[in-house]
Amino acid sequence: MHIDAIQNGIVIDHIQAGKSLDLYHFLHLDDLDCSVAILRNVNSQKMGKKDIIKIDSVLDMDLGVLGYMDAGITISIIQDGKQVRKFHPELPEQIKNVIFCKNPRCITTVEQEIDHIFKLTDRENGIYRCLYCETAAKK
Amino acid sequence: MRNLIDITDLTIAEIDELIQTACDIIENPDKYCEACHRKKLATLFFEPSTRTRLSFEAAMLELGGSVLGFSEANSSSAAKGESVSDTVRVVGCYADIIAMRHPKEGAPMVASMHSPVPIINAGDGGHNHPTQTLTDLLTIHREKGHFDNLTVGLCGDLKFGRTVHSLIHALSRYSGIHFVLISPEELRLPSYIIHDVLEKKQLSYEETQDLEAVMPKLDILYMTRVQKERFFNEADYIRLKDSYVLTLDKLKNAKEDLCILHPLPRVNEIATSVDNDSRACYFKQAHNGKYIRMALILKLLGVEIPCI
Repeated sequence: MHIDAIQNGIVIDHIQAGKSLDLYHFLHLDDLDCSVAILRNVNSQKMGKKDIIKIDSVLDMDLGVLGYMDAGITISIIQDGKQVRKFHPELPEQIKNVIFCKNPRCITTVEQEIDHIFKLTDRENGIYRCLYCETAAKK
Repeated sequence: MRNLIDITDLTIAEIDELIQTACDIIENPDKYCEACHRKKLATLFFEPSTRTRLSFEAAMLELGGSVLGFSEANSSSAAKGESVSDTVRVVGCYADIIAMRHPKEGAPMVASMHSPVPIINAGDGGHNHPTQTLTDLLTIHREKGHFDNLTVGLCGDLKFGRTVHSLIHALSRYSGIHFVLISPEELRLPSYIIHDVLEKKQLSYEETQDLEAVMPKLDILYMTRVQKERFFNEADYIRLKDSYVLTLDKLKNAKEDLCILHPLPRVNEIATSVDNDSRACYFKQAHNGKYIRMALILKLLGVEIPCI
């Protein structure tokens, strides 16, 4: 199968096989007008199978949160057909409205239109806690 | 503008300053009797409480200020479905400072994000209760004279006991503290406090179910009530409510200068026969609560007291 190389955009690589659609919806890529390629179950020496997403547009989006979604992924920034930057997203200090507090005693269960904010309390173990009630997020 | 949502919002230096102010109020009450003249405290209690609310109100009245508010959600706009954020925006138009108790964890933090005046967390569900912790610290300071190198027993409901959680956070910043966590298996301290506070800070602690076995080593014994309102299942509450009852007999091997604390109200976890023992400090503790809240109100309102 052949997918054209992109000229200016983002490649999200080393996604756990089968997880690309989750990221696609999470990043609202379905709202974009540009070409977006989703490659599933691509052979990988390192992972056996992996998913890849190619976005053929320069986007201003918060990619840091991908570090919470999947710590193993690689992000490449492509300009003029060349890779100008490649990195693993770091765990963001705070995540807003990505995960939702499961604690039935938390104020987020009753307060209207409240942002669900989780803060990173343990970078080593990737633990996020609800800003309001300190309950740990469960993936 | 400052709020007090979590005890860790205050530095050790600020806690020391509050304790010094509280001690000065106890020594020189006249100096402070008009300190908050024309200031208003709103007590927004979405959950019933007697002593905390009255302690706040007494504190403001003794500072020469006034109080307004409500003592249960049914008599507030919350019964009509108003959000916490809207409530504090409105109350902030009428009061200079707000003390809030709410059954939902994190409600005072939400309030602090929207309030035009300082918010004091007067207890949010089973989460935090920082002014109780300040009360506990003032009592320990007055009884022991220091915080370092104390063996502190925490007994009863360590799972839902917010006073215990806040006290551990506060004492974890002093050196040489050894925590003895005494509870039934089902009411053990939550793992996130063990991991994030005790283990991360490499604090000395032990867990046990046997109060009498650890009694001789304790400098402080902090008793708690198994709180019915924290249980979804009444059968669990009934099974656990009588787990620990402190009696004179159990105090036989305790130190002479043991300091017994309890945030009150008690049900039956301390026998009334213990009340007259010199080691029982829980009514002094309730008294101290008013003074430390006076000191806190002064601090958050930025009221300067001229030296006399």
